[in-house]
Amino acid sequence: MERVVVSMQDPDQGVKMRSQRLLVTVIPHAVTGSDVVQWLAQKFCVSEEEALHLGAVLVQHGYIYPLRDPRSLMLRPDETPYRFQTPYFWTSTLWPAAELDYAIYLAKKNIRKRGTLVDYEKDCYDRLHKKINHAWDLVLMQAREQLRAAKQRRKGDRLVIACQEQTYWLVNRPPPRAPNVLEQGPGRGSCAASRVLMTKSADFYKREIEYFRKALGRTRVKSSICLEAYLSFCGQRGPHDPLVSGCLPSNPWISDDDAYWVMNAPTVAAPTKLRVERWGFSFRELLEDPVGRAHFMDFLGKEFSGENLSFWEACEELRYGAQAQVPTLVDAVYEQFLAPGAARWVNIDSRTMEQTLEGLHQPHRYVLDDAQLHIYMLMKKDSYPRFLKSDMYKGLLAEAGIPLETKRRVFPFMWRPRHSSPSPALLPTPVEPTAACGLGGGDGVA
Amino acid sequence: MATEGLHENETLASLKSEAEVGGSLEPRRLRLQRGTDYGLVLPVHQVAERVEALGQFVMKTRRTLKGHGNKVLCMDWCKDKRRIVSSSQVCHEHAVTMPCTWVMACAYAPSGCAIACGGLDNKCSVYPLTFDKNENMAAKKKSVAMHTNYLSACSFTNSDMQILTASGDGTCALWDVESGQLLQSFHGHGADVLCLDLAPSETGNTFVSGGCDKKAMVWDMRSGQCVQAFETHESDINSVRYYPSGDAFASGSDDATCRLYDLRADREVAIYSKESIIFGASSVDFSLSGRLLFAGYNDYTINVWDVLKGSRVSILFGHENRVSTLRVSPDGTAFCSGSWDHTLRVRGMVFCFPVCERREDG
Repeated sequence: MERVVVSMQDPDQGVKMRSQRLLVTVIPHAVTGSDVVQWLAQKFCVSEEEALHLGAVLVQHGYIYPLRDPRSLMLRPDETPYRFQTPYFWTSTLWPAAELDYAIYLAKKNIRKRGTLVDYEKDCYDRLHKKINHAWDLVLMQAREQLRAAKQRRKGDRLVIACQEQTYWLVNRPPPRAPNVLEQGPGRGSCAASRVLMTKSADFYKREIEYFRKALGRTRVKSSICLEAYLSFCGQRGPHDPLVSGCLPSNPWISDDDAYWVMNAPTVAAPTKLRVERWGFSFRELLEDPVGRAHFMDFLGKEFSGENLSFWEACEELRYGAQAQVPTLVDAVYEQFLAPGAARWVNIDSRTMEQTLEGLHQPHRYVLDDAQLHIYMLMKKDSYPRFLKSDMYKGLLAEAGIPLETKRRVFPFMWRPRHSSPSPALLPTPVEPTAACGLGGGDGVA
Repeated sequence: MATEGLHENETLASLKSEAEVGGSLEPRRLRLQRGTDYGLVLPVHQVAERVEALGQFVMKTRRTLKGHGNKVLCMDWCKDKRRIVSSSQVCHEHAVTMPCTWVMACAYAPSGCAIACGGLDNKCSVYPLTFDKNENMAAKKKSVAMHTNYLSACSFTNSDMQILTASGDGTCALWDVESGQLLQSFHGHGADVLCLDLAPSETGNTFVSGGCDKKAMVWDMRSGQCVQAFETHESDINSVRYYPSGDAFASGSDDATCRLYDLRADREVAIYSKESIIFGASSVDFSLSGRLLFAGYNDYTINVWDVLKGSRVSILFGHENRVSTLRVSPDGTAFCSGSWDHTLRVRGMVFCFPVCERREDG
């Protein structure tokens, strides 16, 4: 932020500064709100709205302060005069705004305005009075000293200093309802200091060496090839992306009509054309879609290789299942798919089979990984391409329809009542939402 | 004994020097990672010149959710695309009062039947969702993860039964929900880990995490080892998200930039930054096709970037305090942003002006 502000103050390139007339005093080096906005818009090639926003943020953080109405830190894009805060008061100096200083400031204000402080300031003043009662005399004395010193300055300087101080305290002690721009969230990096330094043991070095060896030996693809991959991915998925290409019949959030969600429900009898197309993009897309997976299972059934998919599904269950279930699941999978003469024996190559069977002696959740990968690749390279070329898939593609775009309502302000959609937690088994259920509305889970 | 496990010929000193050799090559490798070495890498926007520019986007806020009484810190979508869970500063989320002040992470289970959340209490707790008004949700809470510092991010893996967490103590960990057992822990970050994301890959075995040490690291869930590391950011990495194809990921950081790292090329391939953006990015997410990158910033705005061209598509205002979290819905129809101004806004695209007139053929 400082970078921006410093460049703004640059005499040649910065914002045009002139002497402002404020009531009867003349303040030098002041700028108008509109000038600030213009300069920002020009320098960063952004829209007025954004420039205004950026300027407002600068004001909120106290880098620019208004001369006329210093109670609220806002940027007004008009003739309102502003001035740049002196670096002494910049928030980044991290000069802790001490209670004592605040007390002195409030005391000065109290004396000057003869007891008419703003409500919250009054509260703070009283609280501070209680807290640092012992030093109160010091506070009052300091306050009076500073006021006396100030009186010896020119009126213009006095005004400026007063505004500077006021802005500083507005930022550091914001009134109750204003956002506190200095708030940062929970402290970070707190662990770095207290972290136990990793003992540089032999293990540590071995791991480091291993990591570096892998890193140096890793094959890297040329970035141009990777970039081409992005282009083709984005190009392929573009029409499927509701935020880029819109969605038919209509975006349910915009039109309050959840026909889109009904048509694209996880288990629906008639998938849309876009959905069926997606199954052809990659094997993973096909498997992730319940309808696609079901059709693929049918197809495999016709080819008498349905056990492959079942085996893969069982392995997935093992990998992501509860820890306690691991031994029973492994046994079940063995019985059903791997044991010689099993009901649904899967055809894995002998080496993988041997390794897997050995690993079964000490079952853990990843023991079937090799076998699972083998079957997955088998399906991907063999059954999947055949599925895409099959009559079944072509039939699905032809049958699938493109929903019509809903016509815009004649009376768009007709307010449809919004009902919460039934939560998945309520239903024991996932059921296709009926047409009667309404839209997940504003009283969601938030 | 300190020298346990060493072979006869190895000594601590020799291992150390070997590691140092590897370490000296690392900085050179890391320099190669920067996307700005024009001699070595093709900036993505040059390749993307032939791609049509996106039109002007107009996004409108469709829902403003005001249930929270305090700053919204984190949110997640349910797989049914309509519900979200969000967490905030004053322990109030879905009528459950949590015994700590900052709930910084929350996640929806894939089945939609449970949520996980955690924060300054150093724990991750799982709450099964129930809509029985008489039941006290807090009573059924299960405390799953235990860290030695605050919990910054959590996420369910493919099922309801495993949770991956990232913590301020510099580690990530994989837990079994049922028993609360630690399945795997991931050490390697030099400072707080702030974010994580699971890879959408076929074998489903990796995830990426970003931390205060400016590094983004890719881990193998099975072995607990770090597979790749990227260190080109200049400040804390607040958020990481995988590109939909799983071959790359984007990160948003306090240095006011978002960067795209490619996993196969093992380098940074794009930087999304603008001079006028001077505040850090707190949260990033991709649209469904990966063409758009939405990033929420600490200056209360959301910038939408064109991933391929590296340029900004639009800037969205509306929040009155910093945007702390941003997620695109699972079916890509809208995205939701949560902010310290106590609201969540769901935005969808209303219409898109084409850049130039398209001529009809025939």
